[in-house]
Amino acid sequence: MIKDDLNVIIATDCGSTTTKAILIEKKDGVYRQTFRGESPTTVEAPFEDVTRGVLNAFAEMEELSGRKILDGEKIITPAQGNVGVDIYVSTSSAGGGLQMMVAGAVKTMTAESAQRAALGAGAIVMDVIASNDQRLPHEKIDRIRHLRPDMILLSGGTDGGTVTHVVELAEYISAANPKPRLGMTFQLPVIYAGNKDAREKIKEILSIKTSLNITENIRPTLERENLFPARQEIQKLFLEHVMAQAPGYKKLMSWTGAPIMPTPGAVGLIMQTIAKKNNINVVGVDIGGATTDVFSVYGEIFNRTVSANFGMSYSISNVLAEAGIENILRWVPFDINELDLRNRIKNKMIRPTTIPQTLEELKIEQAISREALRLSFEQHKSLAVGLKGVQRERDISEAFKQEVTGETLVDMLKLDLLVGSGGVLSHAPRRSQAMLMMIDAFQPEGITRIAVDSIFMMPHLGVLSTVHEQAATEVFEKDCLIPLGTCISLVKNNIGKPKEKCISYKITMPDGKKVEESLPCGELRVFPLGIDQSAEIEVSPVKNFDVGAGKGKPITNKVFGGVVGIVIDTRGRPITLAKDKASRTEQLQQWAKAIDAYPE
Amino acid sequence: MTHAYTPGLRIAEKTKVTSQRSLPLLGDVIVKKGDVLKAEYVVARTHLPGKVHAINAVNRLGIQPKDLREYMLKKEGDVVQKDEIIAETKPWVKMLKTALLSPITGTIETISTVTGQILLREPPKPIQVFAYIDGTVIEIMEKEGVVMETTATFIQSIFGVGGETVGELVIAVNKPGDVLTAERIQPTYKDKIIVGGAFVQHDVINKAKKLGVRGIITGGLDDEDLKKLLGYDLGVAITGSEDIGITLIITEGFGKIQMAQRTFELLKSRTGAKTSINGATQIRAGVVRPEIIIPHDTSGKTSGEEIDKPIDRGMEIGDSVRIIRVPHFGKIGRIKSLPFSPQKIETEATVRILEVEFPDGSTAIVPRTNVEMIET
Repeated sequence: MIKDDLNVIIATDCGSTTTKAILIEKKDGVYRQTFRGESPTTVEAPFEDVTRGVLNAFAEMEELSGRKILDGEKIITPAQGNVGVDIYVSTSSAGGGLQMMVAGAVKTMTAESAQRAALGAGAIVMDVIASNDQRLPHEKIDRIRHLRPDMILLSGGTDGGTVTHVVELAEYISAANPKPRLGMTFQLPVIYAGNKDAREKIKEILSIKTSLNITENIRPTLERENLFPARQEIQKLFLEHVMAQAPGYKKLMSWTGAPIMPTPGAVGLIMQTIAKKNNINVVGVDIGGATTDVFSVYGEIFNRTVSANFGMSYSISNVLAEAGIENILRWVPFDINELDLRNRIKNKMIRPTTIPQTLEELKIEQAISREALRLSFEQHKSLAVGLKGVQRERDISEAFKQEVTGETLVDMLKLDLLVGSGGVLSHAPRRSQAMLMMIDAFQPEGITRIAVDSIFMMPHLGVLSTVHEQAATEVFEKDCLIPLGTCISLVKNNIGKPKEKCISYKITMPDGKKVEESLPCGELRVFPLGIDQSAEIEVSPVKNFDVGAGKGKPITNKVFGGVVGIVIDTRGRPITLAKDKASRTEQLQQWAKAIDAYPE
Repeated sequence: MTHAYTPGLRIAEKTKVTSQRSLPLLGDVIVKKGDVLKAEYVVARTHLPGKVHAINAVNRLGIQPKDLREYMLKKEGDVVQKDEIIAETKPWVKMLKTALLSPITGTIETISTVTGQILLREPPKPIQVFAYIDGTVIEIMEKEGVVMETTATFIQSIFGVGGETVGELVIAVNKPGDVLTAERIQPTYKDKIIVGGAFVQHDVINKAKKLGVRGIITGGLDDEDLKKLLGYDLGVAITGSEDIGITLIITEGFGKIQMAQRTFELLKSRTGAKTSINGATQIRAGVVRPEIIIPHDTSGKTSGEEIDKPIDRGMEIGDSVRIIRVPHFGKIGRIKSLPFSPQKIETEATVRILEVEFPDGSTAIVPRTNVEMIET
């Protein structure tokens, strides 16, 4: 571990379009994020050197903070007074991030474990090849050849089990002779993390045509999933092969005081750190222009998925294609012609940097974001599942075992904190818009705290946590997260008719004032409660409704405030929208008004 | 970062244009530096590896994988003909013999004694890369391809589908605001690239395809018609490889939008010229926009004359801009003012803005990210 006397830390995230730098300083014994600077990423022509963008971001930071960071093109270390920094750390998703293909013998077993290993390491999984994926051999070979991933993770078979299927997959990879995306003359890195008895055969088949790396089996027995060694190998090869081929990264790597991490891998790390520190279950989402990442930490189990084509600009049109126009229209609180909506979405796709200028346009984008978030979360829930009929163990941290059924591990009732990040959430003109978008998309159940990432510094804090956990968590709690408040809602399969009697509640506010009310089905009610405040709430559902303790059973809890406050939601789970357009529009307008989402 | 700079789409009457012509795999370059070529010339060629076929030999022969080689009549690397026997069993009774026939003409790539599979590969498929523009070879990339250069009218557009094509340019409408209707598509437009005005619909594109029109350039298109043309809802703007029998380029955006006057006039001034177009669009990393290249000198030699230069500075008062988002979508005007401080707009977002003056004298406040410079 690095020395404890880090007082000034500079961190960057080299994204595909922007390089974002933050400065963290220890003041009065506490780490705080103090300044930020950004600059366009310079991985592509005409610069083709990532360090240009980093230096530009540093230059902006120097201008804003008054701290001299650079001596020419050299970072000044250590910090002395207002000159220099103690350490520089960075993450990167520039040039498309880490793109992988994974292969496993059985689609729902080793192939799925391989997918979880790759996603957890911060990769985009371009395709999952499995012996039983219904594709013909030549189709698999063609696919492998055409994908041009950064690396392949091959798994299959339990230790001591059958070798045939995994050898067959190796033969397909060999026949395809795939080339890496970057550096035409280099051999494609392949990680073998399957049946150890097949290692020699795999070496025979793949060691000449690929750069083969062998690590522990990700599924040594049917009952055990062992993803950590494969994830470490992926991150090591990401640095050695992928990053080393990307323009300027060799120089960048020589500047950093800790290994550069893939951006989503770093976000996952900070989520795990926070969940562990506070002993809570967390779901986080980062909705970008091209992709949406979802993270969940339940107990010791961490899962990450990336929906590569659910984003708010480059891939906004894919949200329309996947969700369908009806699903988007259901969230638009006014009447709009379908043809017009389709053209607007396509125009955003071809000019992705534009922003809504009118309120109507903003509402449309926020309607689309609900569907992008919903679809991404559904994908996450379908991959964050237990191993069927067996006991499981993940990572090397602690053996965590539980009986599982193959059902999703993401239990909304057990969720403590939902964190949103990405332009449409972090930069929504009103925080209440972000809160409503997240409630509508994720549909939390029972009592759930909701927050947004203020300026997207989770990647920086993730990589920082590898060298200084205290600095990372202090900044995360004080400067990164903006608490929006707490949502209290019905649990799943609780749907009532509008105006039907639903719940009553008693809230004891921090000043001792008491609120006693009841709320029928289909409504939203907001009570302001400040960021550092908490209140006592007792919610009593009528006999057919459940707020987490069972039908008709009351719950009493301490709830925390935020910039929005306490949101009581009786709209049902799933949220039920009126079928006819006029009533639905009225409903949406009423809910937006309740949470004060838009100007009158 | 003291100034905002929104790169626009280039429109140049006369400029130097280069085009990199690369093979997908290493191969042979068959032209020399300095060669003056027509667009249809082949500049490089290679062979793509043939398709691989797998046969589960052990199942078909009823044998164990480890014994497979004993039953093989061919070995790895051998050339085989379609229906030729490649393996057979050796029973005592000849009638019970099972033979394994090759499903293709090609070579035996792998015989696996672990999986019991035989992988066969079809012969390599030759592919060629064309010059695409009339011009001069200015650089040879050994085994990879060439760089072509020409002096041309160059127009970048916003979106397209369909790949590279070359044809004579014809103007099919009178004004940039006209709609390209079916009646305007003439039989004489076969093998030509036609310029519409503000809009084209699916039935018109279909008629043009049937007549053998090679490309259509228009201001706008409805997403619904694009969906009909492609047969699916386009999710991500990575295009150019569609097999739709025509190349379609839109210069302004989706919807009915008048083609920019200058674009229309420029195209009109080059009526009858040989034109190279490519609908390939890629909005993410390494932006690719559709292009219209109309070489000036058919001998292909770069003239060395005064050429248009792209803008490499920030926005300034007086610059011509196109508004690229509602409520003023598609309008063109000049920058009247560039206030330094961010301002609150209707959505309540605080953003940097600019004031645009339209040709009729009216003005509008627009976020800076919602305009693009018209580069000349």
